[in-house]
Amino acid sequence: MTTGVDLGQPQAQAIRSDEDVVRVRQLVRSVAVAVKLSLVDQTKVVTAASELARNTLVYGGGGSVEVVIVDNGRRKGVQIVFADSGPGIPDLDLALTDGYTTGGGLGLGLSGARRLVDEFEIETSAETGTRITVTKWSR
Amino acid sequence: MERVPILKIGDILLVSIQLDMSDQTAVQLQEDLAERIVDTGCHGVIIDITALDIVDSFVGRMLSTIASISKVLDAETVVVGMRPAVAITLVELGLSLNGIRTALNVERGMELIAAARADELDYQLDDDPDAETATP
Repeated sequence: MTTGVDLGQPQAQAIRSDEDVVRVRQLVRSVAVAVKLSLVDQTKVVTAASELARNTLVYGGGGSVEVVIVDNGRRKGVQIVFADSGPGIPDLDLALTDGYTTGGGLGLGLSGARRLVDEFEIETSAETGTRITVTKWSR
Repeated sequence: MERVPILKIGDILLVSIQLDMSDQTAVQLQEDLAERIVDTGCHGVIIDITALDIVDSFVGRMLSTIASISKVLDAETVVVGMRPAVAITLVELGLSLNGIRTALNVERGMELIAAARADELDYQLDDDPDAETATP
């Protein structure tokens, strides 16, 4: 599939609406396919991206995502950075607990997304908002 | 916003999700389906997710909610066509899809609904005091 987009460059997408969450999923999928992740790994990283994009929208009040291909010399991977300037996450340990939610969801978004990726980093504060970086490597 | 079509086939409502749904589309489907169950008096709902690349926690919750709503409205829900990669991811995500019946394809889904319906009718007959005296 030719999209006319150079996936070698970082791809940015704003997250302002439900439809943007759909666009994030499609963007992440196209990059995951480009780095030749297995079908299961594609599914995992797209699912994780969907959860985190929704969190950015619902809890962060919207924000943006950047998707980039990374290479550690041995393997390629897809790295996704979600950033918002929302209120931050006051108790990170609690927020990463299965079943904990303040938003009426299932409380699986953050904890579940972490299980679905290889690397998961989170920086959050009331001043700067929340920035989550996840990476999925090809096998 | 796009809408997911709902088809009536005999006594069953068939929903084949063919698009990458926004959350709003998913919520709309819940409402549309509840209305169609009442309007048609159907006793079975089959949700075909063959075309879905992923099922995240939002869609998972929607499927559970649809199953619960249908139950209250006297209809059985069966989710069919889940891809293996989706099943693996769902389990790792921590979603158990409690209360949802699943089948591999639409045909088996229809059999499951027919069987569940037959069981229920038997049960109602057993409850009937006249029927009780008739059975040994």
